[in-house]
Amino acid sequence: MSEIHLQIDGKDVVASEGMTLVDAAKSVGITIPTLCHHEKLEPYGGCRICTVEVEVRGWPKLVAGCIYPVEKDLVVRTRSEKVDKVRKVLVEEMLAHAPDSEQLKVLAEEYGADKDRFDKHPSFCIHCGLCVRYCAEIKKKHAVGFVDRGSNREISFFPEIAGKECWDCKECFPLCPTSALQAAYVLAESLMSPPEEAGGCGCSCSGHKK
Amino acid sequence: MTRLSSPEKLECARKEIVAKIDPSKPCISVCAGAGCLASGAAEVIAAFKTELEFHGLTTEVNTRGTGCPGFCERGPIVMIYPGEICYLQVKPADVPEIVSHTIKEKKVVERLLYVNPATGEKVTRESEIPFYKNQQRNILSENIRLDSKSIDDYLAIGGYSALSKVLFQMKPEDVMGEIKKSNLRGRGGGGFPAWRKWEESRNAPDPIKYVIVNADEGDPGAFMDRALIEGNPHSILEGLIIGAYAVGAHEGFIYVRQEYPLAVVNINLAIRQAAERGLVGKDILGSGFDFTVKVHMGAGAFVCGESSALMTALEGRAGEPRPKYIHTAVKGVWDHPSVLNNVETWANVPQIINKGADWFTQYGTEGSKGTKIFSLVGKISNTGLVEVPMGVTLREIIEKIGGGIPGGKKFKAVQTGGPSGGCIPEAQLDLVVDFDQLTKAGSMMGSGGMIVMDEDTCMVDIARYFIDFLKDESCGKCTPCREGIRQMLRVLTNITTGKGKEGDIELLEELAESMGAALCALGKSAPNPVLSTIRYFRDEYEAHIRQQRCPALACKEMIAFHIDPAKCKACGTCFKQCPAEAIEGGKKRIHVIDQEKCTKCGTCFDVCPKQFGAVGKISGEPVPPPVPEEKRAL
Ligand SMILES: Cc1cc2nc3c(=O)[nH]c(=O)nc-3n(C[C@H](O)[C@H](O)[C@H](O)COP(=O)(O)O)c2cc1C
Ligand code: SF4
Repeated sequence: MSEIHLQIDGKDVVASEGMTLVDAAKSVGITIPTLCHHEKLEPYGGCRICTVEVEVRGWPKLVAGCIYPVEKDLVVRTRSEKVDKVRKVLVEEMLAHAPDSEQLKVLAEEYGADKDRFDKHPSFCIHCGLCVRYCAEIKKKHAVGFVDRGSNREISFFPEIAGKECWDCKECFPLCPTSALQAAYVLAESLMSPPEEAGGCGCSCSGHKK
Repeated sequence: MTRLSSPEKLECARKEIVAKIDPSKPCISVCAGAGCLASGAAEVIAAFKTELEFHGLTTEVNTRGTGCPGFCERGPIVMIYPGEICYLQVKPADVPEIVSHTIKEKKVVERLLYVNPATGEKVTRESEIPFYKNQQRNILSENIRLDSKSIDDYLAIGGYSALSKVLFQMKPEDVMGEIKKSNLRGRGGGGFPAWRKWEESRNAPDPIKYVIVNADEGDPGAFMDRALIEGNPHSILEGLIIGAYAVGAHEGFIYVRQEYPLAVVNINLAIRQAAERGLVGKDILGSGFDFTVKVHMGAGAFVCGESSALMTALEGRAGEPRPKYIHTAVKGVWDHPSVLNNVETWANVPQIINKGADWFTQYGTEGSKGTKIFSLVGKISNTGLVEVPMGVTLREIIEKIGGGIPGGKKFKAVQTGGPSGGCIPEAQLDLVVDFDQLTKAGSMMGSGGMIVMDEDTCMVDIARYFIDFLKDESCGKCTPCREGIRQMLRVLTNITTGKGKEGDIELLEELAESMGAALCALGKSAPNPVLSTIRYFRDEYEAHIRQQRCPALACKEMIAFHIDPAKCKACGTCFKQCPAEAIEGGKKRIHVIDQEKCTKCGTCFDVCPKQFGAVGKISGEPVPPPVPEEKRAL
């Protein structure tokens, strides 16, 4: 593996090929926050809290630190004014879903995010996809998935599979950055209601909706 | 069908086809594009067949269903050759007259001709209609020269000669050189130079490579790709095979949206015909080059047109964008190098090969060469597909080709680049249309959507409309796009319903900035409609927020209808037509609108006789109190 020299927040960093900016930063003691990132799972790049600024051929660009591979002579800024502003808005947006999430509270503190900036949303899910990906990639069960798209995207336990698999597993619950209890709640509810009575998506993931 | 096993055999076949064509033999071409079919083209074609049979002319006259010439608004369009007589809005009932007059007696049916609204003059030939005359139809013009279901027609106009040239007279590097010299840039969105992607793919060591046609065309109102792939499918296929040869790919995909069934039929047919002739498959034209291609039907979401989402969908997974900091040209479908280009981009390739890069670069500006097809819609006299050289001004497109704004209204803005493009105001109408200028003006070329808006359009509401569209089209995977769009829509809805607050504009700008962190270009470009309208129409935002006034008098919640007592002549028209029964009237009594009951449908405003003009729309000011009952007598 060849060595790659780059600069992160003014520090010279030597990284090896294939490393991401998050890994490279960590090696010199710089923490780039992450939420949806998980070492055992495929790179996802969904929450974007790891957003950093890089300079590509003189042009500043926002990229996801958990995915972007180290490049020779890259200049990375993990705490530029722009990065901080973006992270603040992202945290505020997620707090509208999960105001009690410990991880989000810590981030809110760091970036001066106002938890009441946006109206509360009935769904607690911040769409990190950890439960969905863990179930699919590690457990290969696909008991929980995303349904619908855009603003209507929600996680959903599929009762036919969840009813069989989840009670003995529940490994995804602690992964949830919002609250494991809530994930459990959703699961319990979907198992209780027979599929035909469930909501539009074929389950009652949206026990919180309407 | 014989396989053409050498370039010579291709030329022989072509000669044979051409020899059979009698240029003096009348030919009736009816547009069989989706637009004209929707307005009854199939019935018109059937009527011609019956009528010709009746007159015993079946062998003396050809009829064919062609690709879309672009003037869909006036369809079904019928062209009669020789003579190039162009009839618009033809109905089956017009067919007997056309056959007896034009075919038999060589006379023109005047009433079916185009009438120039400015001069009142009738125009016989298609090429003289201002809508067409001011275009440069390098690509679209082929559409009406051929039956979209006939490979022979395509061969007759020189089809597959570029492929033959490439395979036998050019090395892949030469093809690459020619494309590079032409500086062909992608027509599907980003305007990325085609040769760069091709070269990156070619240089990737992986021996398995793919070439892909993006025919997902998700922009609402855009249909240039549909017109090309439906009308001239072989040209897309030929372009794709040439690209495959240049990059060293032996497999290709054509990703067509499901909503384009005719495009799917025609491209599949084209592939089959080409395979029978040995133009696709093993050992093409005896050159030793192999290439196979599959058609993939897209499941409909707008975001599936994004390159990484499209490739994920091709792999059989949910069409969701994935993070890519390694170009798909190097690592695309199943991690193999994949060159993805838009339909129109591919359509340019055979022409560049045949006529040369120098021919191509004579059109366009320094940075944007060739022509571009736009889909011109909205508040414009002539809607349809418009192909112009890059570098014409917006004004030329809107005024000369589009024929200006109908109904004596004033132009307000033109939205280019699809749902995540931007709005350009009147002051910028002399802007030269090319990739870089449109981007500089806060909009983009996109795939060529062009929506014209007149003075009655509220620019805040337009921004809201596009964000509302994107709300459902974002895949929802990443926070800045999913949540940013959600919050933007809330703010915009508030502003357009009179609930805007100081600070809303700044909030929109802050949200827009955070969306720069989105995963794919949908989220990154979604703020464009908002930012461009703030940039050029900030006063409209401020009027909504500060004065509760919609300057275009369009936002329903912020307007009121009012009858001017001094002008009302008690004709009773509005009284009779108001669907909400919100008007108090009576014989010789001044009419009054009950603001409580009024649903703001605007019927009274539309029906009040012009000479009275008593109904007014007001916004941002209190509605004058109703005339007291006792003073209503006229
Ligand atoms: C949300 C989104 C939708 C897109 N839709 C299309 C489309 O329908 N057709 C298309 O050709 N390109 C579309 N693109 C652009 C493609 O990602 C890609 O850049 C293009 O197909 C490349 O071809 P070109 O270089 O020939 O333009 C879309 C991009 C985004 C971000
Ligand atoms: S930017 Fe929007 S469409 Fe693109 S990945 Fe993110 S959520 Fe999906």
